[in-house]
Amino acid sequence: MNSNIEGIDGQPGNFKLHIRRKPRYVNAAKCTGCGACAQHCPVEAIDSYNVGMGVAPGIFVEYQQSVPLIYTINREVCIGCGLCAEYCEANALDYSQVEVKDTLEVGAVILATGAETFDTEPLTEYGYGKFKNVVTSIEFERILSASGPFRGLILRPSDGTEPHSIAFLQCVGSRSLVKGNEYCSSACCMYAVKESVVAKEHIHDLDISIFYMDIRAHGKDFDKYVDRAKKSGINFIRSRISKIKENKDNNDLLITFEAEDGELTTKELGLVVLSHGLCPPSSSQELSEKLGFDLDRFGFCKTGDFSPIKTSRPGIFVSGTFQGPKDIPETVMQSSGAAALSSELLSSERGSLIEKDELPPKINVVGLAPRIGVFVCNCGINIGGIVNVPEVAKYAETLEDVAFVDTNLFTCSQDTQEEIKKKIISYKLNRVVVASCTPRTHEPLFQDTCESAGLNRYLFSMANIRDQCSWVHMQTKKEATQKSKDLVRMAIAKARLLEPLEKLTFDLTKRVLVIGGGLAGMTASLHIAKQGYDVIIVERENKLGGNLGHIHYTPGGEDVQNHLSSLINNVSKESRISVYKNSEISEITGFIGNYKTRIKEKDSGVENEVEHGIIIVATGGVENKPSEYLYGKNKNVMTQSELEEKLAKNQAISNLDTVVMIQCVGSRDDEHPYCSRYCCTQAIKNALKLRKNYPNANIYVLYRDIRTYGTKEEFYNQARNDGVVFIHYDENSKPIVSESDGNVTVKVQDSLLKRDLVIPCDYLILSSGVVPQPDNDMYARMLKVPLNEDGFFLEAHMKLRPVDFATDGVFMCGICHSPKMIDETISQANAAVSRACTVLSKDFIQAEGTIAFVNKSKCSACGTCEAVCSFGAVKVVESKTRRGIERYAEVTEALCKGCGSCASSCRMSAIDIKGFANEDIAAMIEEF
Amino acid sequence: MEDFLSKKIGAIAVIGGGIGGMQASLDLADSGFKVYLIETKPSIGGLMSQLDKTFPTNDCAM
Repeated sequence: MNSNIEGIDGQPGNFKLHIRRKPRYVNAAKCTGCGACAQHCPVEAIDSYNVGMGVAPGIFVEYQQSVPLIYTINREVCIGCGLCAEYCEANALDYSQVEVKDTLEVGAVILATGAETFDTEPLTEYGYGKFKNVVTSIEFERILSASGPFRGLILRPSDGTEPHSIAFLQCVGSRSLVKGNEYCSSACCMYAVKESVVAKEHIHDLDISIFYMDIRAHGKDFDKYVDRAKKSGINFIRSRISKIKENKDNNDLLITFEAEDGELTTKELGLVVLSHGLCPPSSSQELSEKLGFDLDRFGFCKTGDFSPIKTSRPGIFVSGTFQGPKDIPETVMQSSGAAALSSELLSSERGSLIEKDELPPKINVVGLAPRIGVFVCNCGINIGGIVNVPEVAKYAETLEDVAFVDTNLFTCSQDTQEEIKKKIISYKLNRVVVASCTPRTHEPLFQDTCESAGLNRYLFSMANIRDQCSWVHMQTKKEATQKSKDLVRMAIAKARLLEPLEKLTFDLTKRVLVIGGGLAGMTASLHIAKQGYDVIIVERENKLGGNLGHIHYTPGGEDVQNHLSSLINNVSKESRISVYKNSEISEITGFIGNYKTRIKEKDSGVENEVEHGIIIVATGGVENKPSEYLYGKNKNVMTQSELEEKLAKNQAISNLDTVVMIQCVGSRDDEHPYCSRYCCTQAIKNALKLRKNYPNANIYVLYRDIRTYGTKEEFYNQARNDGVVFIHYDENSKPIVSESDGNVTVKVQDSLLKRDLVIPCDYLILSSGVVPQPDNDMYARMLKVPLNEDGFFLEAHMKLRPVDFATDGVFMCGICHSPKMIDETISQANAAVSRACTVLSKDFIQAEGTIAFVNKSKCSACGTCEAVCSFGAVKVVESKTRRGIERYAEVTEALCKGCGSCASSCRMSAIDIKGFANEDIAAMIEEF
Repeated sequence: MEDFLSKKIGAIAVIGGGIGGMQASLDLADSGFKVYLIETKPSIGGLMSQLDKTFPTNDCAM
């Protein structure tokens, strides 16, 4: 922490990284994070965590949940009074600390330095810094936050009252050639919609308007989120605001814009939020010089179209917003990808420098009365804003067997884990109940915390008072509080009956099955091989390449087919990769680390069985064939990729005078309510190519939103400069295409002019997007993984685990997850490699202890459990005993997922789930 | 005999302790590599720790 980079020497595999460690003036080993020093510090400094909206003491932590929770003296404001040392009970202050230079010996470096937000003060037309009620979006995040300057209340900085109306101005400092950066910052449309949705949760009748040019909701499920926002009454107004004025009497803001009917309207707002963009960090120039890598023309780290993670210096990799503006899932994918590529370089040294974690001796709870610790979470304002958390905590104190109760702002934060551990030990707790969010987010974290205090991880129970309470009962706070008490009481009832359980250990086959031999599949396979593991690729077609076979050039002009050939070549040469072309999977059995798969060659019917430990799904997608606009009926109507084939082959297209492109054909409609993400860029790429080859052609692009996000914005600018005409149409008045004598005419209502334009054209190009593979359903059932509503594979968590499935041992990458561009597919494929390696690098697999078990004396061997089990984990077996032949159900522990289908179907109560026994659930119901 | 200069080190430096740096560090540590996570601020978390909630799930950013 608190360190800066000085320089680097050496080569990939063997670098010496020179750093400078700034002093905290606090001994990190002694500081307990109690905060006594901060309480007595007489000096105030600008609170940078709250973006200047408030003050912080001269000795501080950034926020209460900081990791590490160690205080630091802000040297610039410290007056040297010595009060902090006087009040520190841990004797942790050390004024003698100095800056230390250090050298780290590393094999590779990953740059994840992030981005900074655009400084809006120079844009004087918006009045930021002058008008009190004009704030930036990051300031608004802090205003919304429970830990922010207004404790989660939306208040106007000028007078501390609630605003009656808020406006968001998009593209502040982005998409501008004159005032700011040329590129699109990628995340602002979505975060403004999110802030609006959250603001409306705070103040229900808040009048919110978002002023935008294009809504860039190109990510997975983003359009659905925006549609819900529109339905909730948030106004979306297509207009770029040029100036904000202030009403001096009440500090309201005045915005003038052209309304739907074409009239100039002035709106008075209580608060205006500037959606400012992302910029490369101010330290990037210095960092690039010190470490010897290149920046691109915008100041971001320079990477290639086909290598989005490698910097210009071998051995140094990049991920996240330093590579270009992007959202969190893309950052997470790219960072995992960087982990894969950097460790690939060093795969021979795996394990050489790691230290094993020592767990404390286990607490023996057998025979002891339950002593239950209850921790009730506020979850910021997610729970605390609806449920009366102190009241719930007080109630828990009155319940039998409860030895300790506490409330937390964020029970999942690192500092709270330390608190929980301390309380387990000091209060001799032998059961822990956390009342917070869904177990799906943090149950493993809390179980880890128990284990690190010596308590068996299965002596833990959760009450979901967020998703199942505060989130769904926002309007009825009293009832929500009562329900929370009920849920806590039920969780305590279960906790009393919990017994310690052990995890199971299995062997692991260090081989990966990759389903799909396209860009994602081949990229993942190559990099797994380079990590030192064997790979099997199953490809349905007769050749490798998938959809990449239909793409010829990138918007920047790179040759895609060239890259594809060398990729296929490398895969074929790699001895660790076996490829089964023209083949399909007939059956997959097993579980993480222990899969058996039968692969069938389609023509001969010959089956091969392979064993592997991990599965990577890379089945891609299919170009959508339109069912409208005369596609398939008129030979001059074609899709973008069909046009690209012609342009790539330099086939002269005769009579090319006028070309019309229609965007969002078969995307963002009722049948496919998602954005196919690449079509805007693809259309502009082809429009630019057309313009180059046919300088006098008239090219029209009919669009709903142009989504050339990130640095791709430069291609949109270039297209407009080159005379491509962009016409906006409303989703409720789609273009009408007709033909006469084979000649196509397009009629479209221009939403600005409110007039119909009739364009006779020689060629009509449809940007038809992508649809999921029709047989994703079959794979989903075979692999026991879910699909989302649109038919793409559903990941474990949309933001934080975009490559994992909830099922262990299976990962995904490429378009089968969601539509994406070439560089994004490569990033995600590398991410899948990294995630796979976290399993492959181990010596064994551990499975959960909460599995089924059979009480043979009760079992009537009826076979119901065997029939309902989706995992083939329980079978009725026969065994010979002294009494004769006995028949009973037997569980194959390795396959059991603990789903409970058997236990709930058994008429004899003979089969039950450890940790979720019938007795436990009966106790919970009785308590209620 | 192995050339001393070509000796590889099983450690990786991650510069930046935001969500990107943390994800890379965790993956690497889980795969058997030592990680040096270098951050200029006194604590990790980066820009994401300043956000209230994240879209489209509305989970709290912390």
